[in-house]
Amino acid sequence: MTYPAQFRYTKEHEWVSLEGNKARIGITQHAQGELGDILFVELPAPETQLEKGDTLATLESVKAVSDVYAPMSGKVVEVNEAVEDSPETVNEDPHGKGWLVVIEVANPAQVDGLLDAGAYEKYLSDE
Amino acid sequence: MNTIFDAKGKREGKVLPALDVPQQGLEKLVPDSLRRSRKPRIPALSEPELVRHYTRLSKLNYGVDDGLYPLGSCTMKYNPKVNEDLARLPAFAGAHPLADERLVQGSLALLHEASRYLCNIAGLSDITLQPAAGAHGELTGMFLFDRYFKERGESKRKRILLPDSAHGTNPASATISGFSTTQIPSGEDGMVDLVALQETLDETVAGIMLTVPNTLGIFEERILEITQMVHAAGGLCYFDGANLNAFLGQARPGDMGADAFHFNLHKTLSTPHGGGGPGSGPVAVSQCLVDFLPVPRITKDENGYHFDWNFPHSIGCMHSFYGNFGVILKAYAYILLLGDDGLHAVSDNAVLNANYLQEQLKKTYRLPYDRLCKHEFVLSGEKLGQGITTLDIAKRLIDYGFHPPTVYFPLIVHEALMIEPTECEGKETLDRFISVMEKIALEAKENPELLHAAPQHAPVQRLDQTRAARHPILTYPFDEPGT
Amino acid sequence: MRYIANTEADRQAMLDAIGVSSLEELFNDIPKQVRNRYQPVGLPERSELETVREVQKLAPLNAAWQQYTSFLGGGVYDHYIPSVVSYVTSRSEFSTAYTPYQPEMSQGTLTAMFEFQTLLCELTGMDVANSSMYDGATALAEAVFMAERIVRTDKVAVCRSLFPHYRRVLDTYCQAAGIKVVEVPYNHIGRYDTDSLPKGISALVLQNPNTFGIIEEMNGLKEQLGAALLIVAVNPISLGLISAPGEAGADIVVGEGQPLGLSPSFGGPFLGLFACRKQYLRNMPGRIIGRTVDAQGEMAYTMTSQTREQHIRRGRATSNICTNSTLCALAAVVYLAGLGGDGLQELALLNLEKAHYLAKRISSLPGYSLAFSGPFFNEFVIRVPGDPQSICRQLTQEKILLNNPSSLSELGVEQALNFAVTEQRTKEELDSLVDVLRDVT
Repeated sequence: MTYPAQFRYTKEHEWVSLEGNKARIGITQHAQGELGDILFVELPAPETQLEKGDTLATLESVKAVSDVYAPMSGKVVEVNEAVEDSPETVNEDPHGKGWLVVIEVANPAQVDGLLDAGAYEKYLSDE
Repeated sequence: MNTIFDAKGKREGKVLPALDVPQQGLEKLVPDSLRRSRKPRIPALSEPELVRHYTRLSKLNYGVDDGLYPLGSCTMKYNPKVNEDLARLPAFAGAHPLADERLVQGSLALLHEASRYLCNIAGLSDITLQPAAGAHGELTGMFLFDRYFKERGESKRKRILLPDSAHGTNPASATISGFSTTQIPSGEDGMVDLVALQETLDETVAGIMLTVPNTLGIFEERILEITQMVHAAGGLCYFDGANLNAFLGQARPGDMGADAFHFNLHKTLSTPHGGGGPGSGPVAVSQCLVDFLPVPRITKDENGYHFDWNFPHSIGCMHSFYGNFGVILKAYAYILLLGDDGLHAVSDNAVLNANYLQEQLKKTYRLPYDRLCKHEFVLSGEKLGQGITTLDIAKRLIDYGFHPPTVYFPLIVHEALMIEPTECEGKETLDRFISVMEKIALEAKENPELLHAAPQHAPVQRLDQTRAARHPILTYPFDEPGT
Repeated sequence: MRYIANTEADRQAMLDAIGVSSLEELFNDIPKQVRNRYQPVGLPERSELETVREVQKLAPLNAAWQQYTSFLGGGVYDHYIPSVVSYVTSRSEFSTAYTPYQPEMSQGTLTAMFEFQTLLCELTGMDVANSSMYDGATALAEAVFMAERIVRTDKVAVCRSLFPHYRRVLDTYCQAAGIKVVEVPYNHIGRYDTDSLPKGISALVLQNPNTFGIIEEMNGLKEQLGAALLIVAVNPISLGLISAPGEAGADIVVGEGQPLGLSPSFGGPFLGLFACRKQYLRNMPGRIIGRTVDAQGEMAYTMTSQTREQHIRRGRATSNICTNSTLCALAAVVYLAGLGGDGLQELALLNLEKAHYLAKRISSLPGYSLAFSGPFFNEFVIRVPGDPQSICRQLTQEKILLNNPSSLSELGVEQALNFAVTEQRTKEELDSLVDVLRDVT
């Protein structure tokens, strides 16, 4: 599939959508496929401070628990309560309604270290 | 009748003896406010129905008595029937744990003797029989480590090192005891990377938890270096004994540098698995940990056997009483049956059977670590066919009447298939297993749908696990029985 | 005695196939230093006949229980076990099966465990139950750990009137985990002291009936606890009659399931009971079985919510438990299904009436009286006119089994003995005990 050009991506299969000084974060189509049916989403509390690489959220499927890592440092300002109630949304619409968290980024330049859509697609085909 | 709750109608129920003392009456003896308001919805089945129901259910199960059970790290060996009869002897089965010690000298003697033999097998100084399972033994070991370091004033030792091939109970036991865990990578040879180990050893390390041989079925050839390094850094060594079948009667964890070692009596020492328990996980220890062992300890003097509570440094009690006596008895009898020669023959045959299977199966399946193994080995179900997973292979084995091996463990092998035949299987059974595995590999290429749809010949087909998790029905739905 | 199917020829063929010349070669990976240190245990191989003889030598060193009358309790009771129980648990499809990770081959175990969970919820009035823990004491310790995870306070309040062995295990676990244990005393009628409920705790642990046999008042207790959880330890037989803790708002219920069809077996294997409210499901330890369907829509059972467990969550699991007490849980299911709800009630009544008959008769002897006036189930404490150790010894000589009085004096109840009475105690046995006590010096 073609990944949205306006997002940035990580090798851990997270996507980032920069909206001013805020970043909306979710997992990619590839990731949700690997995880299988997601049964439970554990999101951080608002105001949580995160460093790049910290565990941002936890996704549970039937047979596995996967950590989602913060692609950039920042403070949690919004969590997607809708996926807490309906975790299958993450499978159904991972790039849209299945977003997980919005953080206020500490250092917007950190986004430059992330992959663009083309690089992410290449990374997937190499894997 | 799917469950007992589906039984319709009211039966006459079991006959209990009539009350033979003058009745005082429930209302007088227990005030209304203390009595239950709603009767529990427990059906009363007549004995014939009960027996038919559980006989039917038993036929939906598969036990070691049905066939090969090649579950890696579970050691599904044959459970000797004589052990069952011995455990049922009224003298032993009828002994109450709080009976006066003079009345239970036989039970105490058995525990004392069993302790002695297990210490000898482990090559360690003393032992506690209290842990009721391997994981319980691990927890006990972690509590012992914790107390050891507290008493030495070394409370900054809060890290337990674990290889990346460790069984899930290992990190769980460590974290529950208040330790943090540091993962040590395995090298390309499947063994602990000594350089990585050395790098992480410092004065915050409490110890290492190792399974020997490891969960790849590979013996840590540098085990003496590993334990020496950890000891030199001031740490202790815990050995998870799940894989003792690999060297039973030939080598001892105490001689490898273990400070604490748990047995799984329901694995190596032949006691039945029971569908998930009960087990028993005695922990043997080296001299440095003896003072901290749980109480009561069973001691012997010229007057007989005694419960001794006078160990001021003991961690306390890990079990209601003295451990799973009924399970320990069976292991004790097994040790008596086998003797030294028999114990030696266990590991000889277990390791021979595993290597034979490995040698034959590597022709058709990927073998990530191609070297002589111990009592088990790990294959990968990768690259067998388009979209074929280890799960598919496992489910297809069920169609051929075999219980699948352990799947997706250890985590360091992708699509892992861990196989342990045990010493009890004969070459004939192993050859049949090999030919079925080869057939499945062929099916994977030529007719993968057979694997994806498997099992087709089991009492039920593949289950909807997502539905079970998303819409949990964890008790009988009395209000909507058909759910 | 060996349980090995290979012939010598088989072994040789396999060695050839592997490409080694001897069994010895297969053990070259174990360092020579280690192999050289090996010392045999010093045991000959024995035939089955010889082994039986060896083990049977120890049997007469135990008392011949059938000649004794037992009034021992402490969570382990001398109930009658119907033959059908061991008949079912001896079926090798149940006893030699592994943990049901492959549900398609384990519907027998899984169905029975689903039944067990249901029975436990019915008895305790709780929403969900797991398919067993090791024993009552460790189940209680795990409940306290669970409460600490939920409420996030490292202090727990525990009624002093717990079985001593429950308390010892709980203290051991809490000491290692850094959880502070504060005690709630009992009052003169043998119940927990309602005025002494501590604040700032993750849970209050109450045993009902307690170690004195006294039935506790649970109504209104939950409301007094604020954010703290109410953990109740139960006797499953008593639940045929007395309030289910779920009705009183308990958050977690634990207990010892030995009375449900298990022999005393010198203390194990036993059966840890564990049930809780459904909002705490994700925090619950142990295996849970759920109902689902298979690919053809047929009803089936499977282990579910496995992400709580160690094999998936590893270091962050709700517990490290793996092997539990499944076969003992099966015994409990068969035992209860043979009794039924009415039968259980009748059984509990027999226990109650016989215990009260004995208590009444003993307390009418000069110098003997009930230590506590609270209502009790099938266990009670009697104040005795003399040295309880001496009386205990004399009773033992008369082939009467009772608990060592030191466990009472440990709890501050001096000069007393406790007695447990089950449906197996006949009027003759009860009267006989009274006669012996009357004549004791």
